[in-house]
Amino acid sequence: MKLQQTEIVDTFAEAFGMWAARIVITADSAKWALAAARSMTGFATSVIGCKCEAGIERELPAEETPDRRPGISVLLFAMDAEGLGKRLVERIGQCVMTCPTTACFNGLETEKRVSVGGKLRFFGDGHQIAKRLDGQRYWRVPVMDGEFLVADRFGVQPAVGGGNLLILGRDRSSVLAATEAAAAAMRQVPGVILPFPDGVVRSGSKVGSRYKALIASTNDAYCPSLRGAVAESQVPEDVACVLEIVIDGLDLKAVENAMRCGLEAAADAGVAQVSAGNYGGNLGQFHIKLKDLVA
Amino acid sequence: MGLKLTLQNHPEVPLEAEVISPDRLDGLKPAEAGALTVQHGNQEAVLGDFFRIEAQDADELRVAGDLSRVKLVGAGMSRGRIVIEGDVGMHLGAVMSGGEILVEGKAGDWVGPEMRGGRITIKGDAGHAVGSAYRGSQIGMRGGEIIVRGRAGNEVGNTMRGGLIAIGGDCGDFAGVNMLAGTIVVLGALGIRSGAGMKRGSIVAMGCTEPLPTFTHACRYQPSYLRLYLLHLRRLGMPVEDRQLDGLYDRWSGDSIELNRGELLVYQG
Repeated sequence: MKLQQTEIVDTFAEAFGMWAARIVITADSAKWALAAARSMTGFATSVIGCKCEAGIERELPAEETPDRRPGISVLLFAMDAEGLGKRLVERIGQCVMTCPTTACFNGLETEKRVSVGGKLRFFGDGHQIAKRLDGQRYWRVPVMDGEFLVADRFGVQPAVGGGNLLILGRDRSSVLAATEAAAAAMRQVPGVILPFPDGVVRSGSKVGSRYKALIASTNDAYCPSLRGAVAESQVPEDVACVLEIVIDGLDLKAVENAMRCGLEAAADAGVAQVSAGNYGGNLGQFHIKLKDLVA
Repeated sequence: MGLKLTLQNHPEVPLEAEVISPDRLDGLKPAEAGALTVQHGNQEAVLGDFFRIEAQDADELRVAGDLSRVKLVGAGMSRGRIVIEGDVGMHLGAVMSGGEILVEGKAGDWVGPEMRGGRITIKGDAGHAVGSAYRGSQIGMRGGEIIVRGRAGNEVGNTMRGGLIAIGGDCGDFAGVNMLAGTIVVLGALGIRSGAGMKRGSIVAMGCTEPLPTFTHACRYQPSYLRLYLLHLRRLGMPVEDRQLDGLYDRWSGDSIELNRGELLVYQG
């Protein structure tokens, strides 16, 4: 089917069940809250190589944060709740606690919770102080600019990772512009992040490799330069660039909404084709059909 | 459906009425409630001897009149809500573990002694020993919140181990004496010898006389956690000003005759 002049391929994005946490970082200024959030979401593009996926959900005005300071909402995803707890401790400990003036709060009210402040408190070497207010427990860890305030436990919930769009066009500059527009539209959807650099990935991958040590390798079916070399190439003749946007969301609806926004923005930009990556439907439990999104 | 109790016969001596609690009165008809036993001085009496009791639509317990000689209202309560339309006597909410008590007037001594949970709000002043341990007890208040919008007397939070006590005005001497943990916020000034013998815990005040010599000045800074507490108190109707949210506080560590893990935070502007 066509959306404006763009062909929407009759395929689906194959997404996976993951676990997610929402972290609210506040600081004396928006600048330092953003610095902590950028640090925390660095090297978190794919669970394959980074053990987690993370991104900035949105900036929070002071009136929306627990301590009425400027803040950033970060979403972090991992394959299971235990792993998510470990990543939270690592990343909040190394990227937020280290950042001047910050405090760190739980942003999800869920039944299941993992200990974060309860583990980071030991950095206080016995000088840490627990506080309980309004049913929530916090830790005050003394640091060199005063104290780092962190929630004792963070809510974690089942989530959806690996929603994706493949945007195909005749040259790199036009596809990049269309993909940027799509990513910008998708970021407006609450409850999702785009974990790759500025939301865009060029090194899409397939499962497996001819090399035993690798569990994933280049998605040769979508490499324009391999169109004449691989039998199963999905690259049309007039396409010279493919870029991908990966979406992780707190639930399936959020991922679908983001994909719909991205798809429409890409079509507005006039790309040749929008497709999606999947593994034949054998790996992920969520199959998001592109045609259903534009129906 | 709840009950409304209106004091008709003013007790000549203190009336011990721990039956005035949702745990005891929920589901009772006015006549059944009126037959509950109370202690009037050294005499046993019934609630109906002093109060007119009526059913009301609101799902709460309302008590009207000058209850300044009525002790132990809400003692041991674990749920529900009591609204006192006037003053109330000693031992309000003693050892309560849940629910809410709102006093429109002022309260006597021993508000919320050895409290475990729930919230007590006093719109006027409170007497001595707010949230304290009873004499001889090892542990005082363990949880919950006591919010006094007016002033309070001596020994606020004596031997307190958890929870929050907030005083809207000044408080008397020995606030947080022998404190084990928890938080006391005084939006006015502290009296003398605050935090004497405290092991852990936080006493925050907007004014203070010179701390005890067994307290050591640490620094002047903005404690991150304090914003959460002050914003919480503002939501509860306490007069927290922006300058107090953003201000600097002197931190004093003490009491060094004990663990020296407690803190006295005094607003400096």
